[in-house]
Amino acid sequence: MSCHAPVIEPVLEPIDPAPAPPASGKKPALRTVALIGPPNSGKSTLFNQLTGMRQKVANYPGVTVDYHSGRMKSIGRSDLTLIDLPGIYSLATYSEDARVAVDVLTGKMPGVPKPDCVLLVLDATHMNRQLMLAAPVFSIGLPTLVLLNMSDQMDERGGRLDTLALARELGHPVALISAAKGTGLDVIPEFLLHADDTLNTKLRPVQLPVLQTPSACRTWASQVTLRSDYQSPAASRWTQRLDSVLLHRIAGPLIFLAVVFAVFQVVFTIGQPLSDGLGNLLTHLGAKVALLLPDNWLRLLLRDGLWNGVQSVLVFLPQILLLFLFIGVLEDSGYLARAALIADRVMRSIGLNGKAFIPLLSAYACAVPAIMATRTIENKRERLATILIAPFMTCSARLPIYTLVIAAFIPNHLFLGGIIGLRAIVMLSLYVLGFLAALFTAKLLNSSIMKASTAPFILELPQYRWPTVQGLAMRLYDRGMLFLKKAGTVILGASFVVWLLSVLPVHFAGGTAHVSDIANSIVGHLGRFIEPVLRPLGFNWKIGIGLLSSIVAREVIVGTLGTLYGVDPATHAVGLQAALRHDMTLGGAIALVVFFAFAMQCTSTLAVVRRETNSWKFPALQFAYMTVFAYIAALITNQVIVHLF
Amino acid sequence: MKTKVTALSDAKVGNTGIVESIDLPAEVGDYLAHLGFLPGTRVEVLRRAPAGDPTVYRIDGIEVGLRSETASHIFLKLNARTAV
Repeated sequence: MSCHAPVIEPVLEPIDPAPAPPASGKKPALRTVALIGPPNSGKSTLFNQLTGMRQKVANYPGVTVDYHSGRMKSIGRSDLTLIDLPGIYSLATYSEDARVAVDVLTGKMPGVPKPDCVLLVLDATHMNRQLMLAAPVFSIGLPTLVLLNMSDQMDERGGRLDTLALARELGHPVALISAAKGTGLDVIPEFLLHADDTLNTKLRPVQLPVLQTPSACRTWASQVTLRSDYQSPAASRWTQRLDSVLLHRIAGPLIFLAVVFAVFQVVFTIGQPLSDGLGNLLTHLGAKVALLLPDNWLRLLLRDGLWNGVQSVLVFLPQILLLFLFIGVLEDSGYLARAALIADRVMRSIGLNGKAFIPLLSAYACAVPAIMATRTIENKRERLATILIAPFMTCSARLPIYTLVIAAFIPNHLFLGGIIGLRAIVMLSLYVLGFLAALFTAKLLNSSIMKASTAPFILELPQYRWPTVQGLAMRLYDRGMLFLKKAGTVILGASFVVWLLSVLPVHFAGGTAHVSDIANSIVGHLGRFIEPVLRPLGFNWKIGIGLLSSIVAREVIVGTLGTLYGVDPATHAVGLQAALRHDMTLGGAIALVVFFAFAMQCTSTLAVVRRETNSWKFPALQFAYMTVFAYIAALITNQVIVHLF
Repeated sequence: MKTKVTALSDAKVGNTGIVESIDLPAEVGDYLAHLGFLPGTRVEVLRRAPAGDPTVYRIDGIEVGLRSETASHIFLKLNARTAV
């Protein structure tokens, strides 16, 4: 039932045609456009539509909120920069996101130009709530175009809105668009032209009520939508049908488990061959380039010192991208919110707020943003508990060492007619292990620091949507760049240091310099010095050096092992997997991944915990606790396997 | 039409009603208000999570999951026709 025209022409009527300003020559050129909207309003999709893929991610100075900015190339205005502001419900400055948005809009954010006009994106399917953001945005006084997104949903589900009436009510131009389908977007360049022309004229001051409280805001919004003949669309039939299965009493949790299993299975069945292929390619490339170099210290440095280490880590890029592709699909489709709903009961049983679920879930990618995301938890004790358990969640930095050890030591047996492989089961067990450690620690904290839990669980369930290719590509791009950057900096540096220490000291004999044999190098001595502590865990001294170097970041161990085994003549010619099989027992190998499941091998996380808790006490405590936990668990693992097999 | 006031947590799946009052601390109440939980708004009990709690409510075009401990502080006038 379509009661309104599919695409409504923009209304530019409220812009005062009255006195042009004193002619002072040139008009100020339009340069910067801000994009603002509530979470889930389709803001990111629109951003991608307008800028194409040419955008950059940066951090606002002094705060932890990321932002994207890009040239509006897709609509032929590459002279304009579009800034994507954080998704927020209101401009009340109690959240950091809202403060950032206000600072940018008022030109108080250092390093970010003051926007000349604003694109306000609202989800047309629930206008009453979305409009609550409109009033405070208008009051900032910049030329604003209101874009009512999801017009396709409105059409399909029988919604209705008189955009002309709404524009009159708001005193700003209004247009219905669909960012996902790319329809109605031609109003944007048109608005920008008009905004250009009217920059020197004053907008008619909009008479908006003083909206102090949410209920006043809400009442105003309801009146505006009532006068705009607004009819919110009926519940999406697809969402209702899907939820009756995905949130079913029995099928729901089973599907949840099946989804998790499928993700790990695919990371192995598709990711492993890709990763092996990339590995072969990189080895081949390295060998070709090495031949071009003179056979002296330079070749040693480049091949053994830098390339071996970095290459060992780079090969995990396909698996990491696959994992993030899945997380992206689950999140963008709306399934993740359902998963939170299913998991809430478990979270509550350990005394955690359901809100902790989202930070903890993002800790599966990386603990650093997860710990920052705990700011949404109002209760201080719950927040601290969430910060302390977040690093137990299996972050993507553990993936390289997990897949390396599993591929080297676990046979690829298939069960249930080839649906589930042993490797995927071991991998999943490691994820479960980390989660159980988090539960155990939360229980422990619950009986000590967190007595009363009062914070409520309030979770919005978005309608199911098809994830957009652009949105997914954007995520993978961000993730991939982050990984490559780390490989090019931290891992490169660590590999170099390990290599240097593995060839020093240099001996002079007969007028020529000889590098040390690895066993007699500084690394060799250091490794053998710590070996007695690690022997009961089934680790040799090379693994010990790997553990020491991975305190910087978990992936570094793979780079270090790549360097060490590459330098060693005994394992020089074989790949890292073969070298490990040759050098470790099954007990030691499994103990190694168990150690990584629990240990706090990450300086970035320690630094962010220090900043968020404003004390060294908590990161120190966390580091000690997790290291001891990891040591004991690895010790038990190795001893059990040694005695069983 | 006959109506009665009841806690949202006591409403059954399929029930609809009009929010009458909310008895929660200001910061929780404000957040709920942003989601649409305000006196006079129509709310529908959509479904329960597999474990029986939280429950999903439909309010003003969106779906929101609340634990019963929160929903028990929200009161509504049940629509008599659906309160079977």
